[in-house]
Amino acid sequence: MTLQEIQVGDSLEDIQLEPVDRITLIKYAGASGDFNPIHTIDEEAKKAGLPGIIAHGMWTMGNLSKLFTPYYEEGFIQDYQIRFRGMVFLNDQITLKAELKEKAANQLSFLVKAVNQKGEDVIKGEVVYKKYED
Amino acid sequence: MEELFKHLIGKQSAKVKNSVERGAVKKFAESIGDIHPIYLDEETGRNSRYKGNIAPPTFPRVFDYGTIEDLNLPNKGLIHGEQTFHYERPLLVGEDIYCYSEVKNYFEKKGTMGEMGFLVLESCGEDTSGQIVFSSKSTVIISEAVRKVLVP
Repeated sequence: MTLQEIQVGDSLEDIQLEPVDRITLIKYAGASGDFNPIHTIDEEAKKAGLPGIIAHGMWTMGNLSKLFTPYYEEGFIQDYQIRFRGMVFLNDQITLKAELKEKAANQLSFLVKAVNQKGEDVIKGEVVYKKYED
Repeated sequence: MEELFKHLIGKQSAKVKNSVERGAVKKFAESIGDIHPIYLDEETGRNSRYKGNIAPPTFPRVFDYGTIEDLNLPNKGLIHGEQTFHYERPLLVGEDIYCYSEVKNYFEKKGTMGEMGFLVLESCGEDTSGQIVFSSKSTVIISEAVRKVLVP
């Protein structure tokens, strides 16, 4: 599907992530420069009152935008707004979702979210996709 | 409790030159499992409308935005509440971006964890001609327990 054909209420195809593992979060820490130890070291997470390490919110937000990567020739993400609503723990199974909410001439507004295996939204927000005119 | 960061509203960091480095983009794209050739493959980039590779939308997390004087945030105990990005165009691999941050707002309100502080930081990136490429806003929540440690 191209974004030319999408209608309000349609969804992009969901992406199911592999269960979250520690090495993934260590890699994100290194790539992003966010070395807050609650994302990588169990004892630090526990000291912070968490049951275990949690994913960086920005890791989940970074993943969610890949729903739109295949359409780079048609446009780009102009606005990306996210609220962090729940924590992502090790072994969580995250599904990425985007549904078209509004369609204007050069702009598509999607409701986007990442949902865990219990059906809870862990992040939720909006993507405004700007379409190129030519 | 005193409004901890209120006096910093409007304070800005000096601009810092950053480069959208090919290796950094590759590592970042891999770390979020978004290994698309538009980010990584030079030929795909050349043949695209961008005439080169681009960076993922949350890549600005990597940039150095400089230091806002007197803004001393603890490196632990902060909660990232909300994040936005606004783009004029995608970031191009290889270009230089001048980045800076500003304290946009600070307020406190009662929440589930007591009197919580909300700090809104705006971070921007400009290209070499001074045009804004992106702006982003982070809302950071500072719990009462953390704020008590900060107030002397």
